[in-house]
Amino acid sequence: MAVAKRTFDAVIIGGGGAGLRAALQLAKSDLKVALVSKVFPTRSHTVSAQGGIAASLGNVKEDSWHWHMYDTVKGSDYLGDQDAIEFMCRQANEAVIELEHFGMPFDRLPDGKIYQRPFGGMTQNYGGDPAIRTCAVADRTGHAMLHTLYQRNVAAKTHFFEEYFAVDLVTDHHGYTLGVVILNLQTGEPLFIEARATILATGGAGRIFAATTNALINTGDGLGMVLRAGLPLEDMEFWQFHPTGIHGAGVLVTEGVRGEGGYLVNKDGERFMERYAPNAKDLASRDVVSRAMAVEIHEGRGCGPKADHVYLKLDHLGPEVIKSKLPGIRELSLKFAHVDPIEAPIPVVPTVHYMMGGIPTNLHGQVVAPTRTGPEEAIPGLYAIGECACVSVHGANRLGSNSLLDLIVFGRAAGNRVIDHLKENPFPRPVPVDALDPALSRLARWDRKGGGESVSAIREDLRQTMQRHCGVFRAAEVLKEGVAKVKAIAERLPHAALTDHSKTFNTARIEALELENLMGVALATIVSAEARTESRGAHARDDHPQRDDRNWLKHSLYYAEDHRLDYKPVRLKPLTVESFEPKARSY
Amino acid sequence: MRFSIYRYNPDTDAKPRMQDYELAIEAGDMMLLDAMLLLKDQDDTLSFRRSCREGVCGSDAMNINGFNGLACVTPLSSLKQPITLRPLPGLPVIRDLIVDMEQFYHQYRSIKPYLINEEPEPEIERLQSPEERAELDGLYECILCACCSTSCPSFWWNPDKFVGPAGLLQAYRFIADSRDKATRERLDDLEDPYRLFRCHSIMNCVAACPKGLNPTLAIGRIKELLTKRTV
Ligand SMILES: Cc1cc2nc3c(=O)[nH]c(=O)nc-3n(C[C@H](O)[C@H](O)[C@H](O)COP(=O)(O)OP(=O)(O)OC[C@H]3O[C@@H](n4cnc5c(N)ncnc54)[C@H](O)[C@@H]3O)c2cc1C
Ligand code: SF4
Ligand code: SF4
Ligand code: FES
Repeated sequence: MAVAKRTFDAVIIGGGGAGLRAALQLAKSDLKVALVSKVFPTRSHTVSAQGGIAASLGNVKEDSWHWHMYDTVKGSDYLGDQDAIEFMCRQANEAVIELEHFGMPFDRLPDGKIYQRPFGGMTQNYGGDPAIRTCAVADRTGHAMLHTLYQRNVAAKTHFFEEYFAVDLVTDHHGYTLGVVILNLQTGEPLFIEARATILATGGAGRIFAATTNALINTGDGLGMVLRAGLPLEDMEFWQFHPTGIHGAGVLVTEGVRGEGGYLVNKDGERFMERYAPNAKDLASRDVVSRAMAVEIHEGRGCGPKADHVYLKLDHLGPEVIKSKLPGIRELSLKFAHVDPIEAPIPVVPTVHYMMGGIPTNLHGQVVAPTRTGPEEAIPGLYAIGECACVSVHGANRLGSNSLLDLIVFGRAAGNRVIDHLKENPFPRPVPVDALDPALSRLARWDRKGGGESVSAIREDLRQTMQRHCGVFRAAEVLKEGVAKVKAIAERLPHAALTDHSKTFNTARIEALELENLMGVALATIVSAEARTESRGAHARDDHPQRDDRNWLKHSLYYAEDHRLDYKPVRLKPLTVESFEPKARSY
Repeated sequence: MRFSIYRYNPDTDAKPRMQDYELAIEAGDMMLLDAMLLLKDQDDTLSFRRSCREGVCGSDAMNINGFNGLACVTPLSSLKQPITLRPLPGLPVIRDLIVDMEQFYHQYRSIKPYLINEEPEPEIERLQSPEERAELDGLYECILCACCSTSCPSFWWNPDKFVGPAGLLQAYRFIADSRDKATRERLDDLEDPYRLFRCHSIMNCVAACPKGLNPTLAIGRIKELLTKRTV
């Protein structure tokens, strides 16, 4: 089958914060760049981010990037790579100031500087008093950031492929990435985008779980593409449960609510976090707060008729603060919990929120894998940034407001490295005749007519199984059973069929392709989780309640082929400063 | 629950039709989008856009019982049956509830929706007082859902020439920003019988906005600024 081809210097897959920031960097050097997104860019999930973006500007209280680095290393439960963390925290101020110059409408302090609020796990003086580090636009920081970045791209005349779905990477036999096959949603026609550099910025995959704060489009497509290219995924057992998802709806209530002075109570009205984290209390790290909530509920101190949630109390903040600093939360709470937080507490439960793992990269955004010589060899022509990547700055547990920062710091860094790469590789490499076949046969497979199980039935089984077998607390037996179940569900996928075979805007086909990606991500997650016999950050094992640095201070690497696992060392050495040695973690 | 949904697939249908659906569910706390996802499980050919499912991305704007709105934040219990769903009015239909938004995006891009300030950038943030920043409230929150513009008769008749409420709201968002230095050029661009002055203050747009924004007010402010500078 002949497929139309377009040639660019670079292609970016993803129009969220990470992809849009990388595109701006490339636009500065007059390169021909295509930005592909399955939704119009401002519909990307970054739009949902609420609380803010971390940077040690010190606009309210003294701060330093080194304190921020300490908090991030500690928050990661020492699994984060300290060179990448130093890189990110050092660049944070510049990166946020740049967003302001781009036009982002940050809230302001009386002196005209950017407004900052406290967030969980962020401290002064290496674990001292809470820092005030998270820069905010009310509780709509992601919306403001995404729209601003999109607007800059309009100004830069970026070449958008809106509503095109990336199907698979195109590679040659030497492991070079030559571009990507994409599908035009409106016409149903495939298109080959040839490019000397391909940047994946496809975001998270929270939809592998039944209850998640993530958008319906967060299906881990970039991760699926990488697995199918024979490359590994890193640290997929680490999924953040956000303490405050609205009970029943999964919709997020930002940690900024606790940053502004809100707190959690159990059915007795007790502020229980005082028992679990005497210093940081409700602003302890997210893994710590989520586990405390799970214990409260498990021990019968949950709220509501089924005692299956706790309350987030903020009425004491007063209508003024709630209306000016948390208007979006009030709106969501009224709509999804039928509660006005000015008057009554919001029912909340720990809810899957963020994927710490992802496509392994170095701090230049280059995808790395143990190919021939070392554990971290760059895959030529392939980059990953944002939530789909694992650089790894978040390790076993991300601190709130570090993700938006990650997007822009590494979006920019990857852009810069791509510019160098394009100079060194001025011509496209030959495309082998059969290079597009895997992508095209993957598409053709869903044209098959005749009966079969529905995509939605398989997807819902998968999500329920992941929820039950890979939750806040994990245990050997439950995980083992879960692995078997997910493998069995995966075996049903080749027999699934669609009834919709039309070309024009076939959303059923997109959901089928997304399910294939969800399946790969779910397997990577539960297989990696079963193997890791320790508790670290967001990965909590009942049967191995302690962190085990002797055996497990290392990153997991999962390959789709035979579900093979490999490991690589954590990069404990920062760029210029001393390492933060692993210590017991308390808040 | 009973539904009547606009269906049109250019691959197979000569013309659009309305199709009836039934779901054996209680409205309870469900949103319209939840019900539509269940319908899609039954009939995978039913096509519509969606992403955030919490009213912040602007994907699932449609005409619900005659009014434009977002399916994901419209409670089922608030709707009379049969719930009638049609694509946003005035834009070309691609398939079912999916419309071609290009005219809408084109008008948005035409107002130069980005901060213009040619002065050298300071090393720190450009300072802005909380009061100056407050001028942007009610403007920057737009999610580009098009509920407003597609309920505006002036936009239906002149989508190629009239900027429409969403674009004008954003034009004012930059005019109102103390950091933006292109007010004069922005006003010049809008001083046009079509781009701005097709708005006859019918206010459909205000009623339609699911984010509670007020394009008419912003349009009024722009008109005021234009009058001020001619006198
Ligand atoms: C509710 C919520 C609140 C949050 N609040 C905060 C916060 O306050 N602070 C913070 O730091 N972090 C926050 N986070 C986390 C943060 O928002 C995300 O990690 C981040 O926005 C991800 O950005 P991204 O650019 O990597 O991906 P996304 O914004 O998810 O964008 C992914 C892009 O990839 C495209 N794409 C995906 N697959 C394909 C494909 N197959 N073909 C073509 N295109 C594709 C999509 O269209 C989209 O444009 C929050 C997360 C959630 C869920
Ligand atoms: S007020 Fe103006 S923009 Fe709004 S609907 Fe009426 S004519 Fe259209
Ligand atoms: S002004 Fe309101 S209705 Fe119009 S596009 Fe923006 S959010 Fe939608
Ligand atoms: S799905 Fe995002 S606004 Fe409804």
